[in-house]
Amino acid sequence: MIKTLKRILKYTKPYKMHLLSAIFCALTGVVLSLFVPILIGKGVDVIISKGNVDFTALLKICIVIAGTVLISSLFQWITSLSTNKLSFNTVRDIRADYFEKLNSVPLKFIDNSSKGELIGRAVNDIETISDGLLQGFTQLFSGVVTILGTLVFMLSINIKIAILVVILTPISLFTAAIITKLSHDSFTEQSKLRGKMSSFTEEMVGNQKIVKGFSYEKRAEKTFSEINAQMGKSGVKAVFFSSMTNPTTRFVNGLIYAAVGTAGALSAIGALNFLGVITVGQLSSFLSYSNQYTKPFNEISGVITELQNAVASAERVFAVIDEPSEKSDSNKEILASCDGTLTMENVSFSYIPEKKLIQNFNLNVQSGQKIAIVGPTGCGKTTIINLLLKFYDINSGKIKISGKDTENITRSSLRSQFGMVLQDTWLFTGTVAENISYGRPDSSREQIIEAAKAVHAHSFIKRLPDGYDTLINEEGSGLSQGQKQLISIARIMLKDPPMLILDEATSSIDIRTEQRIQRAFEKIMKGKTSFIIAHRLSTIKNADVILVMKDGNVIEQGSHEQLIQQNGFYANLYSSQFAPV
Amino acid sequence: MFKLRRFLKHYKKELILGPFFKLLEAIFELIVPLVMAQIIDKGIGNNDSDYVWKMSGLIVVLGICGLIFALTCQFFAAKCAYGFGTELRDALYKHINKFSHAEIDKFGTSSLITRITNDTVLAQNGVNMFIRLAVRAPFLIIGAAVMSMMLDLKLSIIFLIAAPIITLIIIWVMKKTVPMYKKIQKNLDKISLLTRENLDGVRVIRAFSKQEEEKKELIQESSKLSDNAVIAGKISAILNPITFMIMNLGIVAILWFGGIRVDTGYLTQGEITAFVNYMTQILLALVVLANLVVIFTKTASSASRINDIFDTQPSMTDGSDTKLDFNSPAVEFENVSFSYPDAGELSLNNISFTLKRGEILGIIGGTGSGKSTLANLVPRFYDTTSGNIKIFGKDIKKYSLEELRKLIGIVPQRTALFSGTIADNMRWAKPDATDEEITSALKIAQAWEFVSKLSDGIKTQISQGGKNLSGGQRQRLTIARALVGNPPIVILDDSMSALDYATDLALRKEIESKLQNTALIMISQRATTLQNADHILVLDDGSPVGFGIHESLLKNCEEYAEIYKSQMS
Repeated sequence: MIKTLKRILKYTKPYKMHLLSAIFCALTGVVLSLFVPILIGKGVDVIISKGNVDFTALLKICIVIAGTVLISSLFQWITSLSTNKLSFNTVRDIRADYFEKLNSVPLKFIDNSSKGELIGRAVNDIETISDGLLQGFTQLFSGVVTILGTLVFMLSINIKIAILVVILTPISLFTAAIITKLSHDSFTEQSKLRGKMSSFTEEMVGNQKIVKGFSYEKRAEKTFSEINAQMGKSGVKAVFFSSMTNPTTRFVNGLIYAAVGTAGALSAIGALNFLGVITVGQLSSFLSYSNQYTKPFNEISGVITELQNAVASAERVFAVIDEPSEKSDSNKEILASCDGTLTMENVSFSYIPEKKLIQNFNLNVQSGQKIAIVGPTGCGKTTIINLLLKFYDINSGKIKISGKDTENITRSSLRSQFGMVLQDTWLFTGTVAENISYGRPDSSREQIIEAAKAVHAHSFIKRLPDGYDTLINEEGSGLSQGQKQLISIARIMLKDPPMLILDEATSSIDIRTEQRIQRAFEKIMKGKTSFIIAHRLSTIKNADVILVMKDGNVIEQGSHEQLIQQNGFYANLYSSQFAPV
Repeated sequence: MFKLRRFLKHYKKELILGPFFKLLEAIFELIVPLVMAQIIDKGIGNNDSDYVWKMSGLIVVLGICGLIFALTCQFFAAKCAYGFGTELRDALYKHINKFSHAEIDKFGTSSLITRITNDTVLAQNGVNMFIRLAVRAPFLIIGAAVMSMMLDLKLSIIFLIAAPIITLIIIWVMKKTVPMYKKIQKNLDKISLLTRENLDGVRVIRAFSKQEEEKKELIQESSKLSDNAVIAGKISAILNPITFMIMNLGIVAILWFGGIRVDTGYLTQGEITAFVNYMTQILLALVVLANLVVIFTKTASSASRINDIFDTQPSMTDGSDTKLDFNSPAVEFENVSFSYPDAGELSLNNISFTLKRGEILGIIGGTGSGKSTLANLVPRFYDTTSGNIKIFGKDIKKYSLEELRKLIGIVPQRTALFSGTIADNMRWAKPDATDEEITSALKIAQAWEFVSKLSDGIKTQISQGGKNLSGGQRQRLTIARALVGNPPIVILDDSMSALDYATDLALRKEIESKLQNTALIMISQRATTLQNADHILVLDDGSPVGFGIHESLLKNCEEYAEIYKSQMS
């Protein structure tokens, strides 16, 4: 817990100014506010009895109090403003680091994590940190200053009674510490369950159509209820335990108050001579101090729930931030241009070491060639993309592009040579035009329309309610699967990279549209190396090289005619397409 | 905010007892300064140290009672708040489950999720704090005020002046900050949406090397959030210092006017000390109240977002007729037209057909021609704009949605699997399906071939979204999922696009031989896939341009012939 707190504090470094100003203003504001009881005590002391009130002195004291109060409030206000800025900026930076990490972790991490969990951490957990920090900072500064300040004031009035207070203080701290420790586990469990809930909700609400189609609602509700009930149960436990701190410390403080009162009263009477003599006014301000002195303990223990919550959440957020990033490649060469050649030498790769996938794969691609990758589903075609674009690192062997080992060039310059259309089309919330110009945000409207026209997307885009400015919503509803794919093809058309990867891109597009796209592709494919993962023979037949894959390995390689002659796996696959049903 | 109080009904006991015990504690707390005043006036005044000891003992006893009361209250508060939160979340999720697609589109998935996971927690905190503090603070204030009135009515006028001023300030702050907190929750929705997109599109983003831009966008949204939070914080930062200032100026007034009262003999010195004490107590309570106000404004803005959901009624009403006539045609479309909400143009225009059990209806057409839309109408994801759809002779609006959807096995275009084992996924349509039923469905869907090779077979874990499987494998599993339980109607929405021809062929043969008693709607881009269907519906821009069997369509339907030829060349 302490480690996590320290780490959170590290994030406040850039806001040293706010931190210093918070501390300084808290100090000034609180110290001034501590003068008030002394002044009040002095005030009480001049109001002695009937006909025995020193009004000139009282007036003076009253003016001084008013002035002190005004200045103190001003400083308290600035403290608040500073802690505000300090905590929200700190949280913003934590969130930034979180996003930074999400965009730099190896794909493997994202593929293996639950999306809902990752979103939950970005939203809920970081918000919890924010609440905890704000409360924590606010109470901490003024709390610590108040404790120290009151102590000094009490010492100045009566050293012995003050020492009594100091001796009693650790009891209150000690109880708080025990309770905090006891409830920490409950809080960790609580935030874990919250993650589980985010993950479940994301999955179910995100696929509501399927949930409904299968009348799965009742069962989903049941699972939800179960997680929810667990969360409720552990929540009651966590909150109750940690909220015990406050009344308990308050009780201890009550004891302190009673002790001070007794000791003070007795010494005022003169029954306790060794404590020294004390006036009624002094006792009055002393009591007020002992109240003020213990108040911050109450407040700090009061925000302990928030703080514990925050620490538990921070641990989950930091767990992601601590994930290793992809190896830095800033010192590597930038592949500025590319002649379109690509070789793979003895490449081996597998996702998990126990399950061998691609072994000793060799491929030699000439500039401008069309490579078709075919094979039964699940044969590892998607894996080839993961390797070509370096989404995953190969285990052994070499991939060379333009004669250069991809090991030695930066990932981003490598990827910029490729244009890719994936099986799952990805559009983001934004206008159609923004989606098309994703690779080239500075494109003019004319260029966007030209690209759309080239892939025959223009005619349907034109018919959308706002044409190119139509907003694509979160669910992408209103657009058919094929239309989404056309938009993502237009995106590549506009980017115009030297190499292309088409991953079953045409599978949801009707034949007529597909043929138009085919012609458009042929236009841009001229002089470009392209990898096509497709099932359509028309595409495959025109390929220079066909890679036939099965079980993660390339089992046949050659042109259509060569492969037919071989009469192997491919020939079998080919004949099945035209076989009468 | 108060609309949500219905979720407290099971916690009435806690809701009453919690504050009650808090109140007891507060009463005891109020007595303490009174006892202390006695110590000063009587104990010191009479030099009576026995009296001092006795009264000090009383303070300790009061403290112990206070502690017990406080703990009891905290317990009730935690139980009530978390019970409330749990019931609220359950109800919210249930309500969202009733939404049809139109409502889900309206809110957006990310926002729905934030409301379930984040806004409910804020509401729950509100309840917790309400029980713990909302009664105590005002009580302390009123109690201290009453006590001081009993001491000296005239001097207590000072309280009556200070209180309304502070109340006004609190109201002003609430008014200003509620909209800010709503904005902040909206920022959170956006952050959730962007994170989601970022994760979904990770391959595209990296292929375009756009990580920097994506990051920038996320950070920008995050900055907007923190900016709004700072603004809201700025406003509420006024509360504490102003309360401090007003109350202390009140004390100054007490000293001055109290001095006059003492001078004329109406009050004693000890009473002035008590007065000051009460004022301090009020000040402390007000500071708590001010913090409470901040929590409540957050609660209020979250509560209104939650109520937005509860106030939205699902646009579809359930039927309840459960009698089925399996002799009637399985699916009938009678002049069905449909347009999406907010879209003027018809997506489907006057579609009619009849499909019996054991028959296959093929639907073919260009991109955006309305094929998937048609498939969405059968299980009533959307209601028709005009015309009727009948299933087994009965209008689908007469079925309960659950009953209706049980009759239909759907394979959507987008393959989505859920975390859990393959068997868990297979049991979606029929929770009690046996392993044999699952295996046979997997065999028909051509998935058995790879599932059987997995080391854990159907017990293999699938990660969220099925990321550990290839596209084709996922697609075959989603087909199998729809077949478990032998629904009389099966819809395959372009569900074989990721399959190679050999698998596609084997799957079709298997479906035709094993699903003899099923009405099958098959949507495809491939003419060969549909060639053997009993009926083929050709769609063009939402309108039917051909209906018949393969041979007759080849002769009579220009569009169909064109598609077929293009594929054969």
